[in-house]
Amino acid sequence: MELLMSILIGLMFMAATYLILSKSLLRIILGTAILSHGVNLLILTMGGLKKGKAPLLDTPGLPAYNDPLPQALILTAIVISFGVTAFFLVLAYRAYQELDSESVSKTRGHESDDE
Amino acid sequence: MSFLHLAIFLPFLMAMLIPIFYRWTNQLHTGWIVLPIPVILFIYFLTFIPQTMQGVVTETMPWIPSLGINFTVVVDGLSLLFALLITGIGSLVTFYSIFYLGKKKERLNNFYAFLFIFMTAMLGVVLSDNLVVLYLFWEMTSISSFLLIGYWYHRERSRYGARKSLLITVFGGLMLLGGILLLHVITGSFSLREIIGEASVVQASSLFIPAMILILLGAFTKSAQVPFHVWLPDAMEAPTPVSAYLHSATMVKAGLYLVARFTPLFAVSGVWFWTISLVGIVTLFWGSITATKKQDLKAILAYSTISQLGMIMTLLGVGAAALHYDSWSDDIYIGALVAAVFHLFNHATFKGSLFMMVGIVDHETGTRDIKRLGGLMRIMPITATIAFIGTFAMAGLPPFNGFLSKEMFFQSMVDVTTLNLFNADTWGILLPVIAWVGSIFTFVYSMIIFFKTFGGKLKPHLLPKKPHEAPLGLLLPPLILSALVVITGLFPNLIAKPLLEPAVKSIMPSLYGTDYHVHISFWHGFTMALLMTFGVIILGILLYKTANWWRPFIKEKVPRFFQWGKAYDNSMYYMEQGSYRFTLWIMTGWLRTYLNYMLMAFIILMLGTIFATDALNFDISTISRVTMMDYVLALVIVVTLVGVVFSKSRITSIILLGAMGYTISIFFIVARAPDLALTQLVIETISVVLYLLVFYHLPQFSNIEEKPKWLSVKTLISFGVGLVVFLISLSAYDTTFYDSISQYYIDNTYTKAAGKNIVNVILVDFRGFDTLFETVVLAVASIGIFGMVKLRLARREKNENK
Repeated sequence: MELLMSILIGLMFMAATYLILSKSLLRIILGTAILSHGVNLLILTMGGLKKGKAPLLDTPGLPAYNDPLPQALILTAIVISFGVTAFFLVLAYRAYQELDSESVSKTRGHESDDE
Repeated sequence: MSFLHLAIFLPFLMAMLIPIFYRWTNQLHTGWIVLPIPVILFIYFLTFIPQTMQGVVTETMPWIPSLGINFTVVVDGLSLLFALLITGIGSLVTFYSIFYLGKKKERLNNFYAFLFIFMTAMLGVVLSDNLVVLYLFWEMTSISSFLLIGYWYHRERSRYGARKSLLITVFGGLMLLGGILLLHVITGSFSLREIIGEASVVQASSLFIPAMILILLGAFTKSAQVPFHVWLPDAMEAPTPVSAYLHSATMVKAGLYLVARFTPLFAVSGVWFWTISLVGIVTLFWGSITATKKQDLKAILAYSTISQLGMIMTLLGVGAAALHYDSWSDDIYIGALVAAVFHLFNHATFKGSLFMMVGIVDHETGTRDIKRLGGLMRIMPITATIAFIGTFAMAGLPPFNGFLSKEMFFQSMVDVTTLNLFNADTWGILLPVIAWVGSIFTFVYSMIIFFKTFGGKLKPHLLPKKPHEAPLGLLLPPLILSALVVITGLFPNLIAKPLLEPAVKSIMPSLYGTDYHVHISFWHGFTMALLMTFGVIILGILLYKTANWWRPFIKEKVPRFFQWGKAYDNSMYYMEQGSYRFTLWIMTGWLRTYLNYMLMAFIILMLGTIFATDALNFDISTISRVTMMDYVLALVIVVTLVGVVFSKSRITSIILLGAMGYTISIFFIVARAPDLALTQLVIETISVVLYLLVFYHLPQFSNIEEKPKWLSVKTLISFGVGLVVFLISLSAYDTTFYDSISQYYIDNTYTKAAGKNIVNVILVDFRGFDTLFETVVLAVASIGIFGMVKLRLARREKNENK
């Protein structure tokens, strides 16, 4: 299972990197979203994917619980990445309004600013 | 804190008070107010002569004792000789500048403040025993010299000269600091005398040669030795009193002082002997040749200073051989050190007077160009006398002091050929030959200075001013120096016993206690040296007479091969251009470039670390079982990934992204994480709605995207990142070193925190701070979004412009 997950996470990072290196702002945001999915899965996998019980105390059945700590960490991470993604989205929207383009090429400083 | 420390800082204290005096005294020239300071110091240092003839005077003041840095002042023969030169010529220069610089048009407060800061710095350099303190004063001389060269800062050439001298001397200063630190590493001490006391330890160390080379770099840059001499001619943009004081008599000798000081430590090495001798002799040769082709009197004097400094440097190098002889009574190489110290004194006297003479000529005629000058002998007889004494002493003619030191110089050079150390018996013949040729050119430029300025016919139409004799105030300081030149020329033993002998003994400390005595005889019989002097005079006169024929050759042909100044300018230009181009090349302004840099660094560092530490030790036995469900979910995610990457439509991308999010929440269900699954579902839904909302206002993105290329930097980098993360995930998974700390949470969630949902209890109870600031993140994000949407400053302006 961990091997499969590792391959999957690797592919997600690959796709995310490819999208982040695009010219279009929206593809970049899609890339960051995939990147955060990949990171969440990575944390979960590294915590161990043993099939125990869900971390609820009165669940009957299987002998052991799954590790609750990575779950708490991922929950925090999901919320934070949602906040950042929402901010990025509105930023891209506003950038498009001001610059009439969604290409990152337009966000480069003017040549004359360098000198 | 003794009076000796106060003596060093007295000029500095005066420099701080000068602005106050400058405002209060409108009638009096500021120079008169500050003049007593160097005079008092000169008299004070004269009182040390009896003591330094016996031994050294030491005073200590703690500064940073925990680091071994104490302000220790040691007065011995060498320090005293320098201190007397600094204060003595300092007094004369201060006096001279009162008449040289106009009270109305010059900023005298700046001038004297800079000059006196320099005086303190120079006294500190020659009197400090602690090397860190010495370095401090060393840089202080560089900075005050920079300020003085750039005194007329509205002139472009002044600023250029000041910057050049600062860059070169500070480069040397930093090298010196490196050498000092290496010596500290070897011996654990910053005290010069303690380090020399442990000379055998230093000489055995592997850092011996690096420390020596670094210290020599410091000395060569300060003393304008080839190829670091380029700053000195440009420093002639300073006012003439400054040139006379700093760039002939004192600061440029700081490097010589350093070499003399470190002789007991480094002189055992052949590298020291050859480096100093060769650099000195090349500097002597090059300086004297170049001086003959210059038109400007100050430029001639600058190159002659370079040449004479090279001569003293050579003598110090040859004198290093003295350390290898046991009996001092018949040692000829001590003679080289005596010659070095004697010429150091002589050069300070006659070069100081010559600079002042040039200042007078400049002041009274308005030009320093030897093509426009001539025939001033009748009009300015006293100045001509000063020039006569100075130039003939510089050329090495009797009865002036330059004759004696030049004879001793030739004698030492001849003696080198008999030296059987450091291969000097085979290559040593180079030294006297080059020295002799250099001396011929020294004779020639000395004659050029005197006869082109004062001989020949007067050219009144070429002179900006009507020439007349200078006032007595301008003439008095060079006259005093000229008198010294004549007196020490006729009666050299007046200074031999009180000044030169202690100085030589400080360069060779093992001489203390022996019955070594310096005696300079005016007439020493028909020797090789005397014959060489005759040769210099005869060939020199011939060359001077034929100067019109060969000077154009030197002027036009030689520079094509040796343009040190141009090399400096070019290196500065290419350094600036190079760094500018490099910055333009690497900082493209494209975010993608920077992302490429970062990701490439990530890939290389991670892969390197993984392979270097052999981190790939994946153990397949701890792996958990894969079910059919897992395969299906993974396949769905891969399909959505491919879709998002290759989709040309934004709506497809959003829907596929949403599909990926929902699949991941199913993953969370499979992994027994109900809270995660819930949150993921809700967040994914909101995100998709948000994407749709925003994308409604945006164009299709496919029109700006290039077609996906399989072999591009982008593809390679993303493949690399994926691979690295895959490898990290593989090798990090199998960490069976420690058990998880989660057992504590499982055990105590109900008993201590009264909850049954362990994840929720961790979020709000065990680790509640995370949740608090996660809430803050959401609040900041929403406030930021609100601000971005509502705040439209630029748009309002745009509308107003319309």
